[in-house]
Amino acid sequence: MAQSKTTKTTKTKTNSEDYLRMYRQMVRIRAFEDQANQLYLSAKMPGLTHMYSGQEAVAVGICEALNDDDRITSTHRGHGHCVAKGAEFKEMFCELLGKAEGYCRGKGGSMHIADQSHGNLGANAIVGGSMGIATGSALRAKLQGSKDVSVCFFGDGATAQGLWYEVMNMAALWKLPVIYACENNGYSEYTRTDEIAAGSILDRAKAFGIESFEVDGQDVLAVNELSAKLVERARKGEGPFFIELKTYRYHGHHVGDINRDYYRSKDEEAEWKKVRDPITNFGKWLESEGIASADELVAINDEVAADAEAAVKYALDAPYPPGEEVDMHVYKGIEHALA
Amino acid sequence: MREITLSKAVNEALAEEMRRDETVFILGEDVAEAGTPFKVLSGLVEEFGTDRVLDTPISEPGFVGIGVGAALTGARPVVDLMFGDFLFLVMDQLCNQAAKAYYMSGGKLNVPMVLRTNLGATRRSAAQHSQSLHALVAHIPGLKVAMPSSAYEAKGLMKTAIRDDNPVVIFEDKLMYQDKAPVPEEEYLIPFGEANVKREGSDITLIGTSSMVQVAEKAAEILAGEGISAEVIDPRTIVPLDEKTLIESVKKTSRAIVIDEGHQSYGITGEIASRLNEKAFYHLDAPVLRMGAMDVPVPFSPALEDLTVPTPERVVEAARKLVSGELIHAA
Ligand SMILES: Cc1ncc(C[n+]2csc(CCOP(=O)(O)OP(=O)(O)O)c2C)c(N)n1
Ligand SMILES: [Mg+2]
Repeated sequence: MAQSKTTKTTKTKTNSEDYLRMYRQMVRIRAFEDQANQLYLSAKMPGLTHMYSGQEAVAVGICEALNDDDRITSTHRGHGHCVAKGAEFKEMFCELLGKAEGYCRGKGGSMHIADQSHGNLGANAIVGGSMGIATGSALRAKLQGSKDVSVCFFGDGATAQGLWYEVMNMAALWKLPVIYACENNGYSEYTRTDEIAAGSILDRAKAFGIESFEVDGQDVLAVNELSAKLVERARKGEGPFFIELKTYRYHGHHVGDINRDYYRSKDEEAEWKKVRDPITNFGKWLESEGIASADELVAINDEVAADAEAAVKYALDAPYPPGEEVDMHVYKGIEHALA
Repeated sequence: MREITLSKAVNEALAEEMRRDETVFILGEDVAEAGTPFKVLSGLVEEFGTDRVLDTPISEPGFVGIGVGAALTGARPVVDLMFGDFLFLVMDQLCNQAAKAYYMSGGKLNVPMVLRTNLGATRRSAAQHSQSLHALVAHIPGLKVAMPSSAYEAKGLMKTAIRDDNPVVIFEDKLMYQDKAPVPEEEYLIPFGEANVKREGSDITLIGTSSMVQVAEKAAEILAGEGISAEVIDPRTIVPLDEKTLIESVKKTSRAIVIDEGHQSYGITGEIASRLNEKAFYHLDAPVLRMGAMDVPVPFSPALEDLTVPTPERVVEAARKLVSGELIHAA
């Protein structure tokens, strides 16, 4: 479903329409991932992919504070960011299946999905690989006097990349409109964060004089409220900022990481899903505030699930790119690099 | 002889060397309990403990640099770089530091470090997890480069690499980890710089590296059915390169195709082809052909990715032309 952008402001969401859109966007991410996981399990998807399920409130809370002009950089776990920034299911599934109608004409796949039209500069298969890109985008905004803000999504594991410290230093020196958003889901691959991160991640950003915040990444309203404030301030030249969002990934590191008891207990997973699910909890809040009834929420879930299913079906039947595209897009300005 | 997977072969090599020499240790991401994403190192931490199988943060330049420092001062680290594509992150530590320390110190400091990593496309892993970047490091004097083509080579070359007093980069093909080959129970080492003639032939020489050895062997099989006798050679290490065996073969067959999964331009195939042209020119009946990966980033879509790598069919086609005297590149 196309998202209406006309009513969007970068103010904190406070009316029913905004709340329902946030709910729907989180449900869309979950539905997308459930289908993607099925595609893998039924051997219909080439390669592996990393599920965003469980972290929906982060992408949606932040992206709902942004406009299409604002840029994001994403990660290997990037479907959530892509959906939240406004992407369509069809083009996304086509990309995951390597089809010609995919956002990147099948050249990128899950780990490189990008959606230029909504300001998504792309997922990245190099952990931390987008930190320079987001910061560079922010420098461009400052130099050219445009008001857009860049958000750099990355995981807790990525805080081990030296690049982050280099670009934070420059972003702070030059007061760039960039927000570093660390999705701390407690693990990098098969290792607990506390085994690979010394000291406090928050303090590392603070050491550069960057205003830093910690927020519950399962609470979409809290994420959105903080993000909206920081985005507005970044537009006024008060950036950069750092946000650490505590969250959890429901699946394995990737879809193939199924037997994972050796590094993460089933109880822990069950607990997060039961008590801290961002969609269930926000749904309950919508009900308690009288914004939506349980039936209305179910209707949204069903509608989104049907959308996702239809998009998958479409993508499965869609054609692959013709072989002649293999040497296209190597150099801009040269149609076929090997012609 | 028993058959084991390439993964098991690497695991055994490391375990044997760690038992033999207590200065050997492993450093890298998810190498301990997880045993790497490809499960190659499973069980090592149980035997050797977390002091000798160290999980690192995702800090590639940092832990490669630490490997260099440890090697300079008396340890023999095996640094695990999860994907060959991450070489780009560690080039300074590897190429400016490790590769040059011995030379710059006039022979006073050396770096007995192994960097184990991988190469290979067609795993549907897209442009940043599918590259074959061995030419990049082979270009830098001071680094040795090994490219095992089966479990047997993987074990023997790894053991030699660990005992070598220089930095060695080993590239395993990530699609070959589950491939089995006969591997003796007894200890053996494979010396660097000794090519392996996998199959003898008289009409054409097919030189393949890593998994391209299998491609060459399959091509040779098909060619045999057509009455063309192909010799297949696996250099096993590209630095040092066993020129002598390659040249001897080409003198005999008068034709050669060099097959490698790195990009064709400015790569290994060009290097080997030009050495053959320089040193066996008067024995050649046709130009030596290069067959590398297509000069494009590796595409995700299976429909495109499969077009980018050498296949037995493409080798056969080129070999037929060379043998029949067709002037492939004549303008
Ligand atoms: C430079 C680099 N090193 C290692 C990897 C392999 N890898 C992919 S994802 C990942 C873990 C990332 O953890 P985190 O940043 O916390 O993100 P999460 O997967 O938890 O979303 C690793 C080590 C990589 N892709 N790039
Ligand atoms: Mg993480």
